[in-house]
Amino acid sequence: MSTRTNEATIAGRFRTGFPARRIGILAIVVYCLAPFYWMVVSSLRRPSDQFSNSLLPTTISFENYAAAFDARNGFARALLNSLVVAGATTALTLLVAIFAGYALARLDFRGKTLILTMIIAASMFPPITLVVPMLRLFTDAGWINTYQAMIVPSMSFALPLAVWNLTAFFRQMPAELEKAAQVDGCTAAQAFRKVVIPLAAPGIFTTAILVFICAWNEFLIAASVVNDRQMMTANVIVSLFTGQYKYDQPFGTQMAAGVVVTLPLVAAVLFFQRRIVDGLTAGGLK
Amino acid sequence: MSLLTRARPGHTASRPPRASRRAGTGRLAGVLLSPTLIVLGLVVGYPVLAAFRLSFIVSSESIDPQTGFKVTATSYGLDNFEAVFTGDRFLRPWWNTTSFALASVAIEVLIGVAMALVMHQAFRGRALVRAAILVPWAIPTAISGLLWKWIFNSQGVANELLGANVLWSSEGFQAWLSVVIADTWKTAPFVGLLVLAGLQLIPGELYEAAKVDGAPPWYGFWHITLPLVRPALVVAVLFRLLDVLRMFDLPYLLVGPRKHSVETLSMIAFEEMSNLRFGTAAAYATVLFLYIAVVAFSFVKLFGADLIGRGTRSPQ
Repeated sequence: MSTRTNEATIAGRFRTGFPARRIGILAIVVYCLAPFYWMVVSSLRRPSDQFSNSLLPTTISFENYAAAFDARNGFARALLNSLVVAGATTALTLLVAIFAGYALARLDFRGKTLILTMIIAASMFPPITLVVPMLRLFTDAGWINTYQAMIVPSMSFALPLAVWNLTAFFRQMPAELEKAAQVDGCTAAQAFRKVVIPLAAPGIFTTAILVFICAWNEFLIAASVVNDRQMMTANVIVSLFTGQYKYDQPFGTQMAAGVVVTLPLVAAVLFFQRRIVDGLTAGGLK
Repeated sequence: MSLLTRARPGHTASRPPRASRRAGTGRLAGVLLSPTLIVLGLVVGYPVLAAFRLSFIVSSESIDPQTGFKVTATSYGLDNFEAVFTGDRFLRPWWNTTSFALASVAIEVLIGVAMALVMHQAFRGRALVRAAILVPWAIPTAISGLLWKWIFNSQGVANELLGANVLWSSEGFQAWLSVVIADTWKTAPFVGLLVLAGLQLIPGELYEAAKVDGAPPWYGFWHITLPLVRPALVVAVLFRLLDVLRMFDLPYLLVGPRKHSVETLSMIAFEEMSNLRFGTAAAYATVLFLYIAVVAFSFVKLFGADLIGRGTRSPQ
C-alpha cells in the first residue's frame, strides 16, 4: 500500500521512466478511451456534419442532445425508469446480501462450501434461460410493463455479485470489534447493527456502485418484459430511436443519448476508481 | 437448506457445549442466509427448472369436432428439441457462440496480460491508466454496441482509418470480426485488471533471486510470473468464457437480429420467445444452458479454477 501516496502525488505525470513504458501507458489509455472519445465527439457535431470524420467537431453543437430529449423519444422518462429499476435492484439486493455476506465471512457452519458454490453457479446462468419462463409467468401475472418485472430477474446476477463482494469485504474486517461490543453488553444483533454495519459502510458502498452499474447496463431482461415505451429503460429506448433527420440510423442522436447514459457511470468510475478496482478484483465477477 | 436447518433446538440441549455452540452457529447462518437462498431459488432455480419443463411441452391446436371451437392440446415430448436439432438454425448459431468465445477470450487474454505487465511496470501514471481502463467496462454493452455500429458504419471512422470500404455491419466474416473487436475492447482491460491484481501478489524477491542466480530476463516471465499469476488468469478466463457464451446485446445491436454470421444461441432463443414460440425458445435456452454448464465443468476440471478460494481467502 506504499503506492498510495506516490500515486496521489504523481498521478498522470510522466516525468521519468523508460520511453517504452510511457508508450505502453499511452497505448493503453488510447485503446481504452478512443471509442468513448468518438462517441462524445460524434454527439457534439452538427447533424449536417454527422459523417465528417475529423478529430474535432468543426462546430460544436448540442442539436443531437436536443434531438435525443425530443418528446417523441421518451428518453427522459426512460432515464427515470433506468434509475428506478437499477436503484431498486441495488437497494433490495444489498438488503438481502449483507446478511448472507456476513454469515459466509464470519460463521463456520456445515455446507458453507456448497452454498458458496451455489451462489457462484447462480451468477453463471445465461439470462435468456431465466427470461423465457419468467416472461410467461409475468404475462400470466399481469406483470408485463411493470418495474418489478425488470427488478426481480435483475437480482439473478446482482445478488451473487453482491454476496461475493460483501463476503470478501467482511473477511477483511477484524472480528475482534464485534466481539468487543458483545463483551460490552451488546447482543449479537446490536453488535451487527451498531458496530459491523457502520464499519462496513465503505464495502457496502463499493458493492452498491458495482451492483448499480451492472443493473444500469442490463438490456436483455428489459427488452423482453417491456413493450410499452413509457416503461422502457434508457438502454432499450436508445436502440429504438428513430431518425429525427433523414438518415437510416439516427447515429448522432444515439451517440448523444449514449453519452448521457454513460457519463454518470464514467464520472463515478473516475471518482471511485480505487474502490471499484478493489471490489472488482475481490469479487472477480463480471 | 437441510444442511442449515439441521440444528433443532430439542437436540442441542443434550449435546456437549461445543457441539451446541456449533449448532447455534448453524441456526444463525441459516437465518442470515435464507433470504439470499430464497431469492436465488425464485429468480434462478425456479426459472431454470421451469425452462426445462417448458422445453418438453408440446402444444398443438385443433378444431374440436363436437363443438367446432379451437382447442389447444398440451402434451409432453421431445418435439421442441427435435425442432432445434433438425432445424437449419442450430449449427451456425452454435458455432458463432463458440467461435466468439474462443476468439474473444484468446485475444482478451493476450491484450489483458500485456496491459497488466505495462501497468505493473509503469509506476507513474498508474492511477490514470486504471481510471482509463474502467471506462470501457462502465459503458453499457447496449450503448457500446451502438457506438461500434457507428464506428463500423460504411462511412464511419473505421473505414476512414483503414482507408478501406468494408461493409462491416452486413453479413459475413467482417460482421463477425466487428463483434469480436467490440467485445475485446470492452473486456480486455478488465482481464488486465484481474491479472494485475494477481501480479501484485508476487513478491519481488523472487525476481531478485533469479537475477542473482544469473537467469536471463525472459526467465522471470516464464518461470515466475506466469505460474504465479495463473490462478488469477484462470478465473478471469472462466468468467469471460461463460460471459461470451451467453452474449446477446452486442451482436444484437451492433449487427442486428437474424444475421447468420453473428447470430448466437441467446439471440435465437430471444427471437423464438418474441414470436411467442415458448416451447422452442425454452429448448434453445436449455441447450445453451447445458452447453455452458458442460464448458464450465470441463474448464474447472482441466484448469482447476479455485473459485471458492477467492471469496473466502483471508487477505494477504
